[in-house]
Amino acid sequence: MSQEKREIVIPSQLLGDTGGNKAGRGTFVENGKIYSEMLGILSKRSNCINVIPLKGRYNAIEGDFVIGIIQEAMASSWLVDINAPYPALLHVNEVPWDVEFGETEKYLNYGDSVMAKILQVDVEKKLQITLKDRNLYKIRGGHITYIEPSKVPRLIGKKGSMISLLKKYTRCRIFVGQNGRIWIDGDEDGVAKVIYAIRKIEKESLAFGLTNRIEELLRKNIKDVQ
Amino acid sequence: MESDIKLIDDNGKRLDGRTPDELRKIKIEAGVLHRAEGSCYLEWGGNKVMVAVYGPREALPRHTQNPLRAIVNARYNMAAFSVDDRKRPGPDRRSREISKVISEALEKVILVDKFPRAAIDVNIEVLNAEAGTRCAGLTAAGVALADAGIPLKDIPVACAAGKVDGHVVLDLGKEEDNFGDADLPIAISPRTNEILLLQMDGHLTVEEFDKALEMAINGCHIASGIQKKAIMDKYQNATEVK
Amino acid sequence: MTITPSIKRDYLSKLAEQGKRADGRTFNEFRKIEIETGLFSKAEGSAQVKIGNTQVVAGIKILIGTPYPDTPESGVMTTAAELIPMASPDFEAGPPREKAIELARVVDRGIRESKIIEVDKLCLEPGEAIWMVFIDIHIIDFDGNLFDASSLAALAALHNAVIPIERSRSDLEKLQEKFPSVKKYLEEHPTDYPLPLKEPPISCTTVKYNNALMIDPALDEEEIAEARLTVATDENGDIRAMQKGLNGSFTVEEIKKVIKASIDNGTKIREELYKSVGK
Repeated sequence: MSQEKREIVIPSQLLGDTGGNKAGRGTFVENGKIYSEMLGILSKRSNCINVIPLKGRYNAIEGDFVIGIIQEAMASSWLVDINAPYPALLHVNEVPWDVEFGETEKYLNYGDSVMAKILQVDVEKKLQITLKDRNLYKIRGGHITYIEPSKVPRLIGKKGSMISLLKKYTRCRIFVGQNGRIWIDGDEDGVAKVIYAIRKIEKESLAFGLTNRIEELLRKNIKDVQ
Repeated sequence: MESDIKLIDDNGKRLDGRTPDELRKIKIEAGVLHRAEGSCYLEWGGNKVMVAVYGPREALPRHTQNPLRAIVNARYNMAAFSVDDRKRPGPDRRSREISKVISEALEKVILVDKFPRAAIDVNIEVLNAEAGTRCAGLTAAGVALADAGIPLKDIPVACAAGKVDGHVVLDLGKEEDNFGDADLPIAISPRTNEILLLQMDGHLTVEEFDKALEMAINGCHIASGIQKKAIMDKYQNATEVK
Repeated sequence: MTITPSIKRDYLSKLAEQGKRADGRTFNEFRKIEIETGLFSKAEGSAQVKIGNTQVVAGIKILIGTPYPDTPESGVMTTAAELIPMASPDFEAGPPREKAIELARVVDRGIRESKIIEVDKLCLEPGEAIWMVFIDIHIIDFDGNLFDASSLAALAALHNAVIPIERSRSDLEKLQEKFPSVKKYLEEHPTDYPLPLKEPPISCTTVKYNNALMIDPALDEEEIAEARLTVATDENGDIRAMQKGLNGSFTVEEIKKVIKASIDNGTKIREELYKSVGK
């Protein structure tokens, strides 16, 4: 496992100049100088300077898979909370069922959870989601927990290494939404272990050797862990 | 109100032993609350403030939404037990005014265009007050905003200068605030020295004002260093495991 | 408003059926309690209490005031609570709504009716001047069980409180010119002294969901609770205050169970309180 030096940068920190570099994500340019616009980790890739946010709300990108919670059922659409600064719209045309006008509540109601995909983000940041895809549906059973969206990549791991570890040891089905919501299904001890591991990953996301420590934790009995 | 207290002696030493250009002790801790997206606890002299940031989140009620950018709602409040004579709970006119000038200062450095129709809510709670609470509050708010992962052009910082017994001094203490001749709280964007907040009351000549402004800006830069260290301490420690 | 997904509700209910809680606690177990006092110099007494991630700050202000006409020789106490927007994305700014009011009144009753503050020792001149004790509670981080956290913070702050003779000296001296009893009072109390208190009752809150009773509900559990019962017990195991909330119900058996758990936990929490205030 490579030991990258994780350099933390803060808003207004000078990162370079536009002379030899390109200003990437999480940066802004002023007078030919590139600054960080947020608290994050510096990432330089072939002269493109990026800052990967350490914290913050979920920033919706088209194509992301997310877990949403129905906020309101309206005549021909639903308002869905996807942990973004705004609720997303789910139109009746974007679900696999034939929904009559005014019958939306029969299919999805307040508090129901769905696996969805971000369909569209417009200029005004108005969001639309869809359920029309092979792996998308209304969620039944299981449990939902939450991790900060900026830590989702750590939870998934390089090429899915961390999430595979969790699935292997607990035999739970786990789905991680890009928006930080996580769905887990399995036996209670397995689910409890996954939740405990997620809390640990959230706390130690920046530390090295985390994958090994999580593996150690997963080998133990849930009672010894709590 | 006249007073017989000598606020500054012939050697330039102030009541609390500070020199004219010396700041009170500042202690800052980032990310101290669990629910809030960003938070900061700050001590400045005898001031103790707690700030929590929520957002960006949908601005409600809907009619307050701006289709082009986020609105910034700073709410400055003093706890009933934070002052000598208990303060009745709830915002008074002073708190509303301070909330407004702080909101406006923060709007300049938050990249509000990234979040149309949203609101960024900043809650500043003064738990113990000892002169300079609005500067302490804004300085803590800067840290809380960074802690919340909100995109910023700069981390705002505030500090006050004033005049006591004819001398221009930095960071008024409580007697100096009560019995001094002038009070000048300011907030700046430390990267560019742009002034984001400025208020003044009392009596200053133009030369005294220039001196006070320069002193306050220097004070801001010192406080800015402490803010940045507090943020780095919190997140740098996260790369090590206990 | 933060929505609780129905899946979470179902999951917690299922756990409850098997006698388990989401964070691994037993039904009668409180989360970790931390108490710190004397944090704010402007207040006559102050405390910060954490129960799990719930954080509450309480401050005591003691000022000279006039007594109520029907109790001319008695000091006065009032309790206020603020659910400030800092503590939760769902708390709104503005005048206190029913939740804050209920919270303040329940905490107030717990303190007032058990006569912890010896108000008859707070008289300066009958009918004219008494000490007023203001208890102000600020919730700063909300993760369930505000009743117990607030009540404990108020008690810790009271145990830390002093009658501010020094701060009030000029007002007291003016009073002593008018009233000889104040002169006598100042001779007996020449400087700041601790607020006279009796033994405190400790409040314990339990919620019920899916026929299971859980003490010290975390936020998740509060969100799905059907009924809630707060019981304040004293050092003799006697009951001093009770409040039932929410629109579900309790059986008589359940109430007895809750009382027993409250007495057991009350004793433990009282020890914690005394340890932190140095009693």
